[in-house]
Order: sequence, then structure tokens, then C-alpha cells
Amino acid sequence: MNFKENINLTLKDLSPVLEHTSKKEKIWMAFLGVIILWGCYALYIQITQGHIVTGMRDNVVWGIFIVNFIFLIGIGYSGSVIAALLYLFKMKWRFPIIRIAMLMTLFATITGPLFILLCIGRLDRLHHLFLYARLQSPITWDVIAVITYLVGSLIFLYVALIRDFAVYGQSKDLKVSDGRKKWYKRLSFGFKNLPSQEKHLKISRDIIAIMIIPIAIMVSSILSWIFGMTLRPGWHSTIFGPYFVLAAIYSGLGVIVILMYILRKIYSLEKYIKKEHFIYMGYGIMIFGAGYGYFTFSEYFTDWYTSKAWEAELIHKLFSWDHYGYWTLFANLGGILLPLLIIGIPKLRTIGSITLVSLIMVVAMWIKRYLIVIPTLENTLIPMQDLREEYVHYSATWVEWVLVAAGFALFGLLFTLAIKFVTIIPVWQTALMNTEEQNKNIEKS
Amino acid sequence: MKKEARRAAIKAFLAGGALLSTGWLALSKKKPSGDTVKLLSQDGELVEVDREYLKVPTHMHAGLLNKSTTGREAIPGKKFVMVIDLGRCRNALKCVTACQKMHYLPEEKEWVKIKLMKDTEKGAPYWFPKTCFHCDNPPCVKVCPVDATFKREDGLVLIDNQQCIGCKFCMAACPYSTRVFNWEDPKEPQPISEEYSSTETSVPSVHGTVEKCDFCPDMVRQGKLPDCVTACPNGVFYFGDENEDAVTNGDETVRLSQLLKDKAGYRYMEELGTEPRVYYLPASNRMFPVERGFKGMSDEEKQKFEDI
Repeated sequence: MNFKENINLTLKDLSPVLEHTSKKEKIWMAFLGVIILWGCYALYIQITQGHIVTGMRDNVVWGIFIVNFIFLIGIGYSGSVIAALLYLFKMKWRFPIIRIAMLMTLFATITGPLFILLCIGRLDRLHHLFLYARLQSPITWDVIAVITYLVGSLIFLYVALIRDFAVYGQSKDLKVSDGRKKWYKRLSFGFKNLPSQEKHLKISRDIIAIMIIPIAIMVSSILSWIFGMTLRPGWHSTIFGPYFVLAAIYSGLGVIVILMYILRKIYSLEKYIKKEHFIYMGYGIMIFGAGYGYFTFSEYFTDWYTSKAWEAELIHKLFSWDHYGYWTLFANLGGILLPLLIIGIPKLRTIGSITLVSLIMVVAMWIKRYLIVIPTLENTLIPMQDLREEYVHYSATWVEWVLVAAGFALFGLLFTLAIKFVTIIPVWQTALMNTEEQNKNIEKS
Repeated sequence: MKKEARRAAIKAFLAGGALLSTGWLALSKKKPSGDTVKLLSQDGELVEVDREYLKVPTHMHAGLLNKSTTGREAIPGKKFVMVIDLGRCRNALKCVTACQKMHYLPEEKEWVKIKLMKDTEKGAPYWFPKTCFHCDNPPCVKVCPVDATFKREDGLVLIDNQQCIGCKFCMAACPYSTRVFNWEDPKEPQPISEEYSSTETSVPSVHGTVEKCDFCPDMVRQGKLPDCVTACPNGVFYFGDENEDAVTNGDETVRLSQLLKDKAGYRYMEELGTEPRVYYLPASNRMFPVERGFKGMSDEEKQKFEDI
């Protein structure tokens, strides 16, 4: 079989998702739409009545919005880094994963910053961030970094998509509207697989793949410095930059595994996303999980060992049963030990088990971010001595939960719409890989 | 006649910023009476001004407020400092209520707070009034992304609530929990005149922005003491100018350096490196037993201090 035939075959296999929207998909999108609308209503309440409708108060000034911001941005950072690393190390098995990772990056990086906007009291003055920007502030660094990263990951995704756009645009078998085909053609930028085009594309991919890694590391570090640059126990830590970088990639790997599992099940992609992919991702989870676990241990251990009162109070809060003990236990058992153990033992290493521990780990990582933000803010240097319970202890309100849910729904909706527009598995590369393999087999025989 | 007018004009100019704005306008219309008065200018220079050109602004605030520069310009030559004598405090809360009145704050919003502190297990508890420390190395100013909170030459850390976007980063950064946020539309006990609204008066409160103790720069500009200082029945607060090396609690004026030396003044949590402009005098030789502070307090309110 030659390359062209392979392309047609692969596209035929994957095109139904682009061509038709099933009833189930419609219900799913409508469901997400309803949650988003509910979120819009919550946002309307928050804007008209003020942040009083949230659980945030003068001591705990940031709540689950910022928790979700760290979580989503973390996922966003990891997707590109994983895709870039797999590309640069020329991992042959990467193709079925790479687009999922890149789409995840893009939509998490779009959804995440919405949550920092929700923390801002005066959205009508948002332009002040540019008008009166002060370079000393970690928030200004973050604005620059997130925008840079968003553009970078968009280019990375686009450069990886060009050849597929050309395939979609030129294919006679693909049954989509003419208007959409025109868009595919436009987006393919006249790519016709000429050697000179192939060369330029490769250079572009190399450059952006190399660039996106340091950008992602910087962005993740800057996010951590929003906390690290304050004089607060649990935040003011020299390891916070690398700690956040590791945690981001780690949780992102978990989300990729979950997405792989769901997409594989729903669209019957067993032929492409195989057990080995889950196992490779599992290895990644083990490596980054071990690193993240080491950082976590060293962070708690140094704070606990010395006797600085302010820090000791925080450690006490995190580890005592009447405060955050159960959450801390879950965050560390489910977030570190369980994945290491289950994936570490070859016999337990199945698609189902890897997905399950990924799911638990991702939830644990969300809770870990909660444990980074809220207990520290509840632990003030000057005693609160306040009778207003809501000022002493943070508890998120329905407005906050609905908005968090709406954020995830938006991520889900964007992702669903995207896989209706581009194939989940890259057609070009898969066909190329298959052709090479077939040629090798022919040579052998 | 012309010469005289010119001389008068120069003198009026010297008489300083306060008189300048109204005086200059008046100058073009009014004729000098020939009867002069001696005045001390802002720079400490003795000048003569024609009586005819003397004009006290009808609204004190309107003339004295630094509105054009959104309160960012310092009061020249000053370096404000506060000394809080912990030995004198009995939790009378007059500072808190006076501050609330001055800034049109509702009852539950406190810019000045009084905490019950106990440094060691065996030590005695004491009342600890806390204003904004107006740090010389302010962690809040450092992190502000939009230049809404700023440090002035005269030592004050203020907030421009027209510029603040309400990200609350400064609140997270302040280790002393000084700042408060307008979580909803602010409830003002009384209407506030447009003329009184400015960065220097810190009123009115603006929904979705941060605010805090400002050392009452509008009062200070008029040569008056901040309201917490004058309201305190026990003279706990000394306010003054570090450059002059003098502080006063309204009753007595003392040398700052001498006071800090004699009574072993210290700054709260010096090790944080924030360089507060507020000094504390240790709670020794107390004027009142700590229990006096609980007088008239309901049992529910006493629960606040259970941990101490």
C-alpha cells in the first residue's frame, strides 16, 4: 500500500466523527451548554451583588477560583511540554496521544485564566492591567507569560495540524460541507507536500517545540511565584517554582490518560490508542509522581522539623484531624503513593487501573492546590479574633462551585467541538507511520 | 501702586500652596488694603501678606486636598511615624469608632483593630492596637499590578481606589492582615460630599476595591492629628514626623528618638524586613489591668479571645 492509500484508509476510519454528530453527542453538548448557562447566571449574580456571594472574605481572599486556576493552567502547561518532549525525542508511539495533549493544552489555557478574572473585584477596570502595568508585580509577569504561552501553544498546535488540514481539504471521501472544506484548505496554507514545504514545516515544528518547553516552565514558575513572593508560610518557599512545574506536568499526564480512555471508548479507537500508550503514560506518571512526591515530602519535612511558630501552625492545621488532616492524607495517598504503587507493579498495570489511578490522582491534585491556597490564608500572623465564622474559615458557596463546574463544562465543550473539526488521531502522521512499517515488512520478507 | 501689587503678589506666592490657589485668583480682582499680616509659610519662612489677599478656603477639604495628583504627592519635608504605647491601652475602642466615623465605615469594618496578644505562655496578655504599619519596604505595594497602592515620600502607603482592580494580591501579601475589601456595595452611614472624596481621605469606599488605614493625610495636611490619636482617652497613639524627631499624642509632645530609647520601642516582627513606620512601646508599667478591656463585653464577644 502506498502512502496515499494509507491516508485515505486512515481518514475513512476517523472521518465519521467529523461528518456526523450523533444524538449522544448532541445531548452531551446540550448538557455542557446548560452547565455553562448556569455558570453565566452565577456570574451575573456575582457581578451584580459583588464577591459577597462567594465564600471569600478579608482573610481568605482567594478561594476555589484560584485553586481551579492553578489546576487548569497546570494541565495547560503540561500538554505542550509532553507533546514537545515526545516530538523532540522522536518517540514513534506518540501520534495517537499528541493531538489530545495539544488540544487539552489549548483549552485549559483558555479556560484557566477565566478563573483569575473571577477573583477580580472590578472587571470593568481590567484594562488597567495594561494601562498601569507595573513590572514588579508577579501578576504582570503572569499576564505576559500566559498570553505568550497561549500564542505559543496555539502555534504549536497549528503547525502540527497543517498537514492534516491539507488532507481534509483535498480528500474527496470526506463528506463535510463545501464551506468547511474551504476552511480546511485555507487553514492548510496551500500545503501540497512539496519537499521545500516539508522542510520549512519541520524547521517550524522544531523551533516551536524547543521554545514551548522553556516558556511552559517559566509560566508555571511565575504562577507559583504569585504565592512564593509573599511572606506567608506554605507559600514563601524557594522550591515553589520547580514544585509547580512538576505538579503541573504530573496532573496533566493524568488528564491525558483520562481523555485517552474516554475518547477510545466512545469513538472505538482501540486500533490507535493501545495498551502500550497507557503504559507509556503510566511510566510518565511514575517518573513525575516520584519527583512531585519528593518535593512534597521535602517541603513538609523542612517546615515540620524546625520550630518556626507561624510555619508550625500551618503544618499542624494540615496534619491534624480536626482541620485538614483527611484532605492532606487523601492528597498524598491518592495523589502520590497510589499511582506509584499501582502502576509500579506490572501485574496491576492495566488500561482500567491506570485510568482509575489517574482519575484519583487528578482529583487529589485539585485538592492539593486547595491545601496550598486556603489553609495558608486561614493561618494569619496576627490572630483573627473574629466572631464572624465566614471570615475565619473559608467555605465555597454554590456560586463558586457552579462557576468551577461551568469552567470544566466549557473545557469539555471546546474539546468536543474541536474533535468535530479535526480528527483525534493525526491522519497524516499515522498514515506515514503505517506506510513506513509496511515497507519495512516488505523489505524483511 | 503697581509695584506694591507685585510685591504683594510675590508675598502671596510665598505664603504657600494652600493660599496660592484661591489667593492668585483673588489677586487679579482685589486691591490691597495696605494693612499687612505676618504669616509663617510652609517652608518655615516669615512672610507678610496684605490682609485683603488673605482668604481662608470656604471648604477646608476642597482647598487642602491634593486632588489633582490623586493624592500621590507627598506632604513636603515630612516622614510620618507612629508610636503606640501598649502600656496605656485598655481596649476602650475609641480609636476604632473614631476611625470608622472619620471614614464613613460601617460598624463591622475596622481599619484600626485592637487584638489581645500574648507573647509567651507565661507572659501576661495585653491589648494591641494595630493600624496600617505604612512599611518602608511594603510587600503590598510591591505586588500591586496596576500601581493602585503606592508609597509616598512622606512615608504613607495609600490606595487609589479609582485605579484598584480588586485582585486582592496586596491583601494576600500583607503579613499583618491590614487591608479590607469591599465585598459588596459599601454601606455609608451618612452621605459623603463630593468635595471630601479623594485618595487622601480614602472615602467613599468603592465596591470591589481594597482599602485600609491611611494615617488620615487630609487631617495631617491641615496640621491636625489623625482621628484615632485624638480620640484615644489614654494617649496610646503618638503621631509625628521622623524628620522633626517629634511625636505627640495630643497631650504631650516628645522626642521620638528619646521615647524609643527610654521605653525600649520596637517594631512588630522586625525580622520580616518590611520596615514598619509604626513603633510599639512594650506593655510594661501598665496603666490598666488587662481585664479592664473586657468591661461591658458580652460573653459572646469574649469568645473572640478564648485562645489567649
